[in-house]
Amino acid sequence: MTVASLARWWAAIPRIPGALILFWLLLAVLGPLLAPFAPGEVVSRTVFAPISAHHLLGTDYLGRDVLTRLLCGTSSTVLLCATATLLACTGGVFLGTIAALKQGVTDTLLSRFMDGVISIPSLLSALVAVAAFGSSVPVLVLAMSLIYMPGSYRTSRMLALSIVRRDFVLAARMRGEKAGYIVLREVLPNMMGPVMADVGLRFIYAVRLLSNLSFLGVGLQPPLTDLGSLTRENLLGLVYGAPAVIAPALTIAVLTVGLNLALDSNRGEPD
Amino acid sequence: MTMDAALIRAILRIIGASLVSLIFVTVAVFFITAVLPGDVADALLGQAATPDAVAALRHSLNLDKPVLVRFVIWVNGLLHGDFGVSLVSRRPVLAMASERLIHSLLLAGVTALFAVPVALVLGTTAAIFRNTLFDRAVSLLTLCVVSVPEFLIATLAVFIFSVQLHLLPALASISDIHSIGSFLASFSMPVTTLACVIVGQMSRMTRAVMIDALGSSWVEMAVLKGASPAHIILRHVIPNVIAPLFNVIALSLSYLLGGVVIVESVFHYPGIASLMVDSVAARDIPLVQICALIFCGAYLFLTTLADIVALLSSQRRHAA
Repeated sequence: MTVASLARWWAAIPRIPGALILFWLLLAVLGPLLAPFAPGEVVSRTVFAPISAHHLLGTDYLGRDVLTRLLCGTSSTVLLCATATLLACTGGVFLGTIAALKQGVTDTLLSRFMDGVISIPSLLSALVAVAAFGSSVPVLVLAMSLIYMPGSYRTSRMLALSIVRRDFVLAARMRGEKAGYIVLREVLPNMMGPVMADVGLRFIYAVRLLSNLSFLGVGLQPPLTDLGSLTRENLLGLVYGAPAVIAPALTIAVLTVGLNLALDSNRGEPD
Repeated sequence: MTMDAALIRAILRIIGASLVSLIFVTVAVFFITAVLPGDVADALLGQAATPDAVAALRHSLNLDKPVLVRFVIWVNGLLHGDFGVSLVSRRPVLAMASERLIHSLLLAGVTALFAVPVALVLGTTAAIFRNTLFDRAVSLLTLCVVSVPEFLIATLAVFIFSVQLHLLPALASISDIHSIGSFLASFSMPVTTLACVIVGQMSRMTRAVMIDALGSSWVEMAVLKGASPAHIILRHVIPNVIAPLFNVIALSLSYLLGGVVIVESVFHYPGIASLMVDSVAARDIPLVQICALIFCGAYLFLTTLADIVALLSSQRRHAA
């Protein structure tokens, strides 16, 4: 591999948002391994203890180590939402490009269905899904992927519609290439930039939704924990300004605001 | 005349599309909640239930009939104003939901009254002083507000106003409102929180609309003629942004619905959203169904309104 091709490869990655997502994914995978205690273990008699050398972020409402629980909670929030986003956007991009390529009845049916799904507020769909199927990891991930698929579908369909009219796609159709080949080789590579920004945005939405659900007590159930449920269970610590409630709340804020700022700076001012 | 007919047809098409959406939502809500993996009857009676008792309850809830038959029974009930009874309290869900709905509408109304002017002023001033420190500060702050989950804003508001400043009570209760003072005290926290959520969303959209208007050719012309900023805003900008701003307001109020769910739960406000969260936790399906339908209906109403206003404003622009 030459220096020039390496440089070109490097330039194609949306820098800051890409690096941020990589950081959070690494933290999600490695974090629980670095945790000093077991997540469910009661390690102190003091509840809502402040920051100390032994417990870097103090203890929670039962006397468990907050740093440990924060690392595990961050891990489940990031991994669950990343999986849901990946499923939502894979489905949305695939169906969106197919609809743009085939048009006609396929396009109309898909678009009508997606319009129907999008007409339900996301928190509401999630609540209905949890009421029907109970709250478990597969239900939450599948519900989130279905909720965020229409948005991804709409974006990809719009992007793909402008690409399928271009000469190189027409040429590929003339050659008699299969739809799968055209989507993978001709259409997708030319819309990857905006699609990636869209993926980042949907990841933020998913983090917001999961955190809200868990905060309401209908998201991830114990012994599993995420950033929303960590904030919920330690809410009493607010009175003492305990790190047990401030740490998870701050982590959510840094995760969502940081990524949104990065995406925003990448987009730039429209005018 | 022909243009009016085309316009009416376009409006009817928007209304038709949202009616289709409403039917889709109704069907989806029923089938998602009807295809329970476990059985409501088992869940209600607990583990000690005898098979006979479970069978009797299943029969009385129509659970022993096929899904499609239950759907027809359910829709028939809806059309006759019979929305079923709560599985937990055994009261008609319509009565339960409607008494809570009034509280929610009160909360949303007071919030809108307060948040809409603030957001319009904030978005407009940010657009006028574009790219100044003020604009950047407002942009950063509103980006933060729209990025974080709603409950974080609620938690922060409790921390600042109740814990640190001891200004406001953390819980709202409708029952002990006897004077204007106690009304303000118990409403202020939920309203403040909800307003933050809406103002963030709405001032960003307002700024975009205003920047669009300020860049238009007639404003440029007025600037070249040497008109004062106040004159330009009052005579040239505002008349041209009223329709797009109505669109922004309708859209923002539909965002308010999501915020309401969180705010009512955090502050134990007895509205329809907290009723829905409780019924989800208890898996009280008829109650979940009616709450979901009311919410989706309100959401669809607001988004349809926004679509129609957007259509009318684009018509106006073409005419101008």
